[in-house]
Amino acid sequence: MAARKPQVEMPRQDPKNRIKNFDEVAIGYDEQMALEEASRCLNCPNPQCKKGCPVEVPIPEFIKLVKEKKFGEAAQKIKEKNALPAVCGRVCPQENQCQKFCVLGIRGNPIAIGRLERYASDWERNNSKIEEQTIPYTGGKVAVVGSGPGGLTVAADLAKRGHKVTIFESLHIAGGVLMYGIPQFRLPKEIVQAEVQYVQTLGVELRVDSTIGLLTTIDELLGLEGYDAVFIGSGAGLPNFMLIPGENLKGVYSANEFLIRTNLMKAYKFPEYDTPIRVGKNVGVIGAGNVAMDAARCALRLGADRSYIIYRRGRDEMPARHEEIENAEEEGVELHLLNNPSRFIGNARGFLERVECVQQKLSEPDRSGRRSPMPIPGSEYTIDIDTAVIAIGQSPNPIIQQTTPGLKTTRHGTIVVNEETMATDIPGVYAGGDVVSGAATVISAMGAGKLAAKSIHEYIMAKKTRNKPSA
Amino acid sequence: MYEIVRKEKLSPNIKLFEVRAPAVAAKSKPGQFVIIRIHEKGERFPITISDANPVKGTINIIFAEVGKSSIQLGRLKEGEGVLNLSGPLGNATKMQNYGELLCVGGGVMVGALLYQIQALKKAGNRITTVIGARSKEHLILVDEARKVSDELIIATDDGSEGYEGINFLDSFFKEKKFNQVFTIGPTSMQREISEKTKLLGIPTIVNLFPIMVDGTGMCGACRLTVAGVTKFACVHGPDFDGHQVDFDELISRMRFYNPNEKIAMVLFDGS
Repeated sequence: MAARKPQVEMPRQDPKNRIKNFDEVAIGYDEQMALEEASRCLNCPNPQCKKGCPVEVPIPEFIKLVKEKKFGEAAQKIKEKNALPAVCGRVCPQENQCQKFCVLGIRGNPIAIGRLERYASDWERNNSKIEEQTIPYTGGKVAVVGSGPGGLTVAADLAKRGHKVTIFESLHIAGGVLMYGIPQFRLPKEIVQAEVQYVQTLGVELRVDSTIGLLTTIDELLGLEGYDAVFIGSGAGLPNFMLIPGENLKGVYSANEFLIRTNLMKAYKFPEYDTPIRVGKNVGVIGAGNVAMDAARCALRLGADRSYIIYRRGRDEMPARHEEIENAEEEGVELHLLNNPSRFIGNARGFLERVECVQQKLSEPDRSGRRSPMPIPGSEYTIDIDTAVIAIGQSPNPIIQQTTPGLKTTRHGTIVVNEETMATDIPGVYAGGDVVSGAATVISAMGAGKLAAKSIHEYIMAKKTRNKPSA
Repeated sequence: MYEIVRKEKLSPNIKLFEVRAPAVAAKSKPGQFVIIRIHEKGERFPITISDANPVKGTINIIFAEVGKSSIQLGRLKEGEGVLNLSGPLGNATKMQNYGELLCVGGGVMVGALLYQIQALKKAGNRITTVIGARSKEHLILVDEARKVSDELIIATDDGSEGYEGINFLDSFFKEKKFNQVFTIGPTSMQREISEKTKLLGIPTIVNLFPIMVDGTGMCGACRLTVAGVTKFACVHGPDFDGHQVDFDELISRMRFYNPNEKIAMVLFDGS
């Protein structure tokens, strides 16, 4: 029986080689592999996989097209709901989403939906020309603040509904965290740019170098600039620090800075590219989420001899995707678990030399089931590191919140919205993604974007009907 | 592209660009900066705004050609431009009537100082200006400074024009009472002035520019310690209370990439 066949493995670069380059680790299926994997799909009459997708990708439908070797059509099918399939196929945690619900998953062998999504969208990008689409303008004018996954989703969805959309991006290139955060070897930047271009072919205008709040305020967008609605998708761009001694020593980076230099500015190609980065022999990354894994793996590729993950809880508590931890360990990243840094120690010239850690033990699970780390008294010891990367999370960038009177925020700096509509308290202003949820995943931001796009569409159409002079 | 509409050489290695950036010009205020990226492979670096003309839609920037990026920038001609220019970033200098004011600017930052002075003057202050440079030939905007100030004093490191160094301020502060000091320029100069005014209890606002990448609070490269607390120059500054800044740490951090910059320069000159 076809369904008994195991999942087709994803070919990957050998760990020994891949730590010497920034090329993609997962090489991707070839046609044969894609067909074989797609053939395992049972095409359930009542597909469960869709339930797990925040953006409602028509999963069985696109897999059926893959089976029929209609790869371009498969990609188009996905794009009906998801403007960024080549991105999602690579970075979505499918194991917690669509694949979790796949009936074959009950035996631990779900369809590799993400890999097929990636195959179809890569095929389309490599084999067909993206054509400018002419969608009749029937709606309103919408400003989207931030060009990360949430903003791109809102923009694409609204453009398809006939609205004129302008995206304002603070950096010099669109993509947000897809460009500055996720490394080249997990998500090649050329692919992100191809997806951005696709969104532009829907008629979306992109303005880079535009820090909303400083260059133009939200009030000005709605007033002087004449936008009917604004979506704020400014992300979680503010790095959290540990607030321990020595954190400003030379050699201590925020994960944001480390990854921005490496990925966005291509410091791994210095001096061909002008932005430098300094990575020592021994790199300690504090934290154990996906960002921490990305930083630890970048460190090896940038020439570090040793790359450590220093984390205060245990392996089971590590927030990173299982796949990313596996990739990191395969490459030689070493885990220092149950260790909490207490201070960074530098030399007389202000360079980092060591980190002092306190060993931890885990408490019994609390009411939420989470086990908290507790310091073991007298267990302090030091690890020699000359570069540290603080990857303990990000908070929302406060610029928009500070320059938009009436915008309600939580004490964590996230924007308060109605969770069903993503509407803020200001009429016409919507928000979604990390700026609302705090740092989360690409796909959850896209889900929020979808929801916001629907609400914005309804808001504008209602406004238009109201404003029409009665006959 | 952001077009250079006017280029002027102010000293042997200091250039002024008037750049077309209408949206930025409409919002620029003294004390703020822009982040520039010259070309596809370029780095992002901050330059303080020296003036803005909202009617014409231009801003002025003044820079010294000291590293690869600034030399590349200086080679651009009128009609050419930079690929990216993002701003205005950072907080504007707080304008109010302090009364008797001493404004000290050094090196390339004299332009940014004059931009501040014009606004401070409008706020009703009486302004004594000190402008400094390495030597006479490196002094810039002397006539302009004289025009906007109530009194102008010149100082050079080598004494080739005006006072030698800034230690003259010690006796100067005895003769004249100031309610407030503003400084902008080389970090070591800002530190020296802050140390002098701290002893005398004269409030001093410095304008700092550590290494930056995004300039919007994302990377934290520009962090510094002010009154024992970590701040980001880009979103909390660039103006700070000079008496509270940990200058040792700041200056040390500003030198972190010196070896890389040397490599870049060597290869750049060779090409």
